[in-house]
Amino acid sequence: MKIIILGAGQVGSSVTENLVHEANDITVVDTDANRLALLQDRLDIRTIEGEAAHPQVLERAGAEDADMILAVTNSDEINMIACQIAYTLFHTPTKIARVRSVEYLAYPQLFSQEALPIDVLISPEQLVTEYIQRLIEFPGALQVLDFAEGKVQLVAVRAYYGGPLVGHELRALREHMPKVDTRVAAIFRRGKSIPPLGNTVIEIDDEVFFIAARKDIRAVMGELRNLDEKVKRIIIAGGGNIGKRLAKALEQRYRVKLIDHNRERTNMIAAELKKTMVLLGDAADEELLLDENIENTSIFCALTNDDEANILSAMLAKRLGARKVMALINRTSYVDLVQSGTIDIAISPQQAMIGSLLAHVRRGDVVAVHSLRRGAAEAIEAVAHGDRSSSKVVGHAIEEINLPPGTTIGAIVRGDEVLVAHHDTVVESGDHIILFLVDKKYVPAVEKLFQVGITFL
Amino acid sequence: MQLTIILRIIGMLLMIFSVTTLPPIVVSLIYSDSTLMPFVITFLATLLAGLVIWFPVRNHRKDLRLRDGFVVVVIFWTVLGLTGALPFMLSDEPQLSLTDAVFESMSGLTTTGATVITESIDTLPPSILFYRQQLQWLGGMGIIVLAVAILPLLGVGGMQLYRAETPGPMKDSKLTPRITETAKALWYIYLALTILCALAYWAAGMSGFDAITHSFSTVAIGGFSTHDASIGYFNSPLIEMVAVFFMLIAGMNFALHFLAWRSFSVSPYYYDTEVKVYLGILATVSAITVSYLYYSGTFDSFGEALHQGIFQTVSIGTTTGYTTTAFYAWPGFLPVLLLLVSFIGGCAGSTGGGMKVIRILLLFKQGSREVSRLLHPNAQIPIKIGGKVLPERVVEAVWGFFSLYIACFIVFMLIILATGEDQITAFSAVAACMNNLGPGLGEVGAHFGNLSDTAKWVLSLAMLMGRLEVFTLLVLLSPAFWRH
Repeated sequence: MKIIILGAGQVGSSVTENLVHEANDITVVDTDANRLALLQDRLDIRTIEGEAAHPQVLERAGAEDADMILAVTNSDEINMIACQIAYTLFHTPTKIARVRSVEYLAYPQLFSQEALPIDVLISPEQLVTEYIQRLIEFPGALQVLDFAEGKVQLVAVRAYYGGPLVGHELRALREHMPKVDTRVAAIFRRGKSIPPLGNTVIEIDDEVFFIAARKDIRAVMGELRNLDEKVKRIIIAGGGNIGKRLAKALEQRYRVKLIDHNRERTNMIAAELKKTMVLLGDAADEELLLDENIENTSIFCALTNDDEANILSAMLAKRLGARKVMALINRTSYVDLVQSGTIDIAISPQQAMIGSLLAHVRRGDVVAVHSLRRGAAEAIEAVAHGDRSSSKVVGHAIEEINLPPGTTIGAIVRGDEVLVAHHDTVVESGDHIILFLVDKKYVPAVEKLFQVGITFL
Repeated sequence: MQLTIILRIIGMLLMIFSVTTLPPIVVSLIYSDSTLMPFVITFLATLLAGLVIWFPVRNHRKDLRLRDGFVVVVIFWTVLGLTGALPFMLSDEPQLSLTDAVFESMSGLTTTGATVITESIDTLPPSILFYRQQLQWLGGMGIIVLAVAILPLLGVGGMQLYRAETPGPMKDSKLTPRITETAKALWYIYLALTILCALAYWAAGMSGFDAITHSFSTVAIGGFSTHDASIGYFNSPLIEMVAVFFMLIAGMNFALHFLAWRSFSVSPYYYDTEVKVYLGILATVSAITVSYLYYSGTFDSFGEALHQGIFQTVSIGTTTGYTTTAFYAWPGFLPVLLLLVSFIGGCAGSTGGGMKVIRILLLFKQGSREVSRLLHPNAQIPIKIGGKVLPERVVEAVWGFFSLYIACFIVFMLIILATGEDQITAFSAVAACMNNLGPGLGEVGAHFGNLSDTAKWVLSLAMLMGRLEVFTLLVLLSPAFWRH
């Protein structure tokens, strides 16, 4: 697939990095030659220096036969106009733009085909906020990912001492909870995946991925660890876009405190938010944290745009007694470094966002893609089409489907109904199938599986 | 440096390139010229060597780093130069010594075209002749570029290799987003040009064998021929003009050919400053040569002077090195002029040698900028090529290249002088080798066979240095590279 990425900033470069390994032809456009040089040194891509929205620059970047244009410069306006130009001059099929400003997003009719022809709008801040929100909703989960508009969720949990299922075989899950239908999609033990079979014994510290209907998630989590007590108090460090949005989303249900060191910013946030307590100060200030009852805080979220500050303030909060700490970390190499230590959850904004893009890069009818474990594993929601003769999936029972190694079918969504996959479930046309791939290199094989034979038209 | 990964790639490359001895084997079978065994032995030896190197480290997969790229490229050129020498040593004719065989093989691979074969070339077995031409063809576009094209697994590392081999000051510009695709596109164009050239030669009256073998060395800007008299053997102005045309084409940046082929138009050539300067230089020098030849009465008729002058200028100016006449015996300043033009050489990204037109152009612009600055001390004068401002970094690198090129040249020349050659021979031999030109003046006008062994080894190194554009080789020789 030929993809043009406009903007080589944090989002642009991490997206490039993720997509380049998928046999895509990528051209990156930016005005900063140094940034481009750094990127080209590391990755097999072409770079063009120039203003992203200028037609000539787009032409040089190969817009004429590009399949997708991804506008992620730091200016909403450039992103929008670049998509417009790509549509008018080059008829680029898929146009994705990052639009952050709520002022624009509030008018969805702006983004219709006749106005600003943008097929997909992404707002990384919004995605990250939602991601954190889900984590807070299910305390104890490392990751919560939505499929089929949130009907089905994939949850990653670390098994702890005291969970009823820990030390037992997987098949015991069914005996424990006869009413709840779930499926364990993958288990990672000390960083390596082991196939989840009926006789697999869950050990302490295993990272377990399971798929279940939204309402059953809490019950399943309770099997793997003692459920954390309900979240009451939350402290957010950093009043940037993400911090503010998160506070706004949470302030009705929890007691939220927000710390920022910038006076104007705190004044502005305090004026905008209704119930949040806005504090002026340094998030790594021990006195301030103690004054604000850090030891009784359920969750401490460090969400500034400085990785190191986030890591350190989260560690400090944990030592001072916060029950659970999260840190926003942009640099992927830090994520692994930190997650297994003091910090409970490392949030990688790239990973939260890359999935929404991958869904458009995949061949076949793929609705959602979530990148997991720093991009090594992947969860895919794909739609099955065709009939028994033209499709390798439709009309077959799950056990008959020839899945590549390390791939499991977790659940099937048929209309509004969620079916957890069993070996004898038969796939119908139009079903949304949720797959879990332990190793991303089998993605092409899965894509092929969902492609319909030529006879089906 | 990651030794195991380097070894794995070298092993793999050797195994792949052992295949290149198969065409000469076929030629040998067709002509039943009794040189079959040397090629079979070379094939097996290369394959086996590759296997032995590759097998123990076959599972060491990792991305190539910057340093590894340089090592792989230099080692591979050296190793291929050595294994390429095997057929010359093993066959009964020409049966060269180790030194001579390595020189000949290196001269082929680097598209220099200087030969040490003192006996008649015309009587050599066809398979050996074919093999010499094929060496040039492989080296022309670059063996590493070929490897990158057919080995997708080199991935990002491919870029490191590609950069260490491709000629020109700006190596980051890619034709396509992916390096393997770029390398493939280059080889397709190269292959297409070769086929066209062979057909044109054949139509102009060459035999099939001559047409194919000469197309190899023309498009590669090599200069080997299957005849002692080189292109002069055919004594046909038509063939000379075909050669001139394809030498000119091959001396242009292949990125332009790619753009022209993609857009079905000649406008990329028209708007390219480097090509204009390149053609301008060759046209001017041709005009000088032709008129000097005519007025000095070297040739009887103007027509003779015209086609000899043009052919020889293009052949030497693009660093091909074909001859139609003993140009080294031409009067006065002409041979020296032509030799100096070969320093300029072809365009960046072409198969030609020399310092490349774009670098000379940059140096010239830099020089005139200094003159303007003396007149207008406060002026901001950017260096532009084709309306685009070049980064200062590129200009600096060109100066660095220039000074190192000249420094290496002087060192090599002093060494050749020390082996007992006269000044003209030493100067022209080093120039002919470093610029990947081929024929020199004086003692080395016809062939390099009379030089001492030391001189031949030094010149082999000079050829490699010229082909890899000095930097790649010097990086390996710098202490900083080996310090961790």
